[in-house]
Amino acid sequence: MSDVHDEPRVLLDPTGERELATRPRLPRLESLEGRTVGLLDISKARGDLFLDRLEVHLRDRGANVKRYRKPTFTKPAPRDLRQQIAVECDAMVEALAD
Amino acid sequence: MLYAGGRSDYAGGVSDSRPPLPDGLVAIVKRDCPTCVLVAPVLVDLAGRTALTVYTQDDPTFPEEVASLDDSDLSVSYHHDIEAVPTLLRVEGGREVERTVGWHRGDWEALTGQASLGPDLPEWRPGCGSRSVDPDLVPKLRARFESGTLRARRVALAPLEDEIEATYQRGWSDGLPLVPPTEERVLAMLAGTPRKPDEIVAVVPPDLVECSVEKIAINAVMAGCTPEYLPVVLACVEAACTDTFNMHGLLATTMPTAPVIVVNGPIRRRIGMNSGMNVFGQGNRANATIGRALQLVVRNVGGGRPGEVDRATFGNPGKLGFCFAEDEEGSPWTPLSTDLGARAGVDTVTLFPGEAPRSIVDQLARDPESLARTFAANLRTLHHPKLILAFDVLLAIGPEHARVFREAGWSKAQLVERLHALLQIPGAELVRGAGGMAEGVPEAMKDATLPKFRPGGILVVYCGGGAGLFSAMIGGWVTGEMGSQPVLQEIRP
Repeated sequence: MSDVHDEPRVLLDPTGERELATRPRLPRLESLEGRTVGLLDISKARGDLFLDRLEVHLRDRGANVKRYRKPTFTKPAPRDLRQQIAVECDAMVEALAD
Repeated sequence: MLYAGGRSDYAGGVSDSRPPLPDGLVAIVKRDCPTCVLVAPVLVDLAGRTALTVYTQDDPTFPEEVASLDDSDLSVSYHHDIEAVPTLLRVEGGREVERTVGWHRGDWEALTGQASLGPDLPEWRPGCGSRSVDPDLVPKLRARFESGTLRARRVALAPLEDEIEATYQRGWSDGLPLVPPTEERVLAMLAGTPRKPDEIVAVVPPDLVECSVEKIAINAVMAGCTPEYLPVVLACVEAACTDTFNMHGLLATTMPTAPVIVVNGPIRRRIGMNSGMNVFGQGNRANATIGRALQLVVRNVGGGRPGEVDRATFGNPGKLGFCFAEDEEGSPWTPLSTDLGARAGVDTVTLFPGEAPRSIVDQLARDPESLARTFAANLRTLHHPKLILAFDVLLAIGPEHARVFREAGWSKAQLVERLHALLQIPGAELVRGAGGMAEGVPEAMKDATLPKFRPGGILVVYCGGGAGLFSAMIGGWVTGEMGSQPVLQEIRP
């Protein structure tokens, strides 16, 4: 998907700049054992084949797997779906390409 | 007044990066200017006689027959302060030594040292505005050429991120929408002061962060200020961050108080402030945004946020910003600023640590003694009728009430003296338990006569709409060195 703005939009930080401007990533999981991994199919062709294989490997490593699917790859995931994944999963893998 | 804002000799700024000018004659023109079209043959003539460089602002093929240089990005025009076209410069050793604007045969001949220029042309024609000073283009040009003067951290938005939602998500907002502080807007704001963007104005509590003119400009943009308000905002920040005003304590208190800003001096009119009808209310941009800008500086630069260092039990709506002007022209008395020591006619802000305004109604008031007693009876109740000496008050007297004193010939000093006299209270009424109320002063004070206010603790300001026999009182916070005291600050450019 192309950017809707031609140039990156930049604001000037109004704060005392004592805190990081970007949010840190969550720490990596120590282990997959007993953790829930979401697999998101974005509805592109053959993404499901890739995720099927991934699911087998993840289950072999003791992970619980939940499958999700975007209605269409042309639009961002609906808010409800993002919320559901955030609540239900410890980690997420998205199959982007066909 | 607007200033160049961060230009000229600012270290690291544009002065080192000005595009150099070639020696000889330099002309700046645009096709969309009849005078430039008129002098095109003269430029062709000059190019044949001497060293001439032509910069064209809109169409590099203009003028035909002269190999002009493309200045459609306006870099040369902007940095060399070209205000009109045609502009003709004489450059020696890379420095401009002479300039003429528009077409005037005598001036062109004198500057070029060439005779008989444009013999068929009229003697004189005014030029047109340079594209580099086109009001629609200036903000973009400023951002393009001068954003290097800004030191603030850049926050890049994600492609799909809404810019106003982004300011909420980053915690910058007081709850209302903010104007996104882009480089263009902040540079435009900085044109409101001749001060350098990196000048430190104050150390802002509670985090005690050094605050530059630039940071204040960013927050003033977010608050919705125009550049003309910036000097007032700067003065507010200076005043708030003094030991005397004690912004930290005022922020941290559980009481419902915050800076109340009174503006005096001619700047009130220049920036269109409201001192009349609905003076404490909504609807005036300067009143609404100047106070908000100060609060945003405390929130964002100082880190003072509700629920964190701000421990207010109730707060008050004025904590979004509470700023108004005194109606000096309508007042029978001296302005608040001169009462506090300012020279008459000087632009000032007075910061008062105040709660929300409370109405004083007396529609039957016709003589000054009666009305003074009404004021005293209301002032007695400030925070609690049995609490004394701890709090100052800002008494805002409306036009219809002030008329009673004006017609009776009472000065402001006379009124204040009378109020202090009426607020000498028998200790027996104030001690703990008196009136069946536990709150009060220690029992040992029961035989004393005690004043409600410290000397100087009643401040009077004149404002409000012309109809209504009303006044208002704005109660203070803990006064004296342990608390917060009103601070007068001159507004400097």
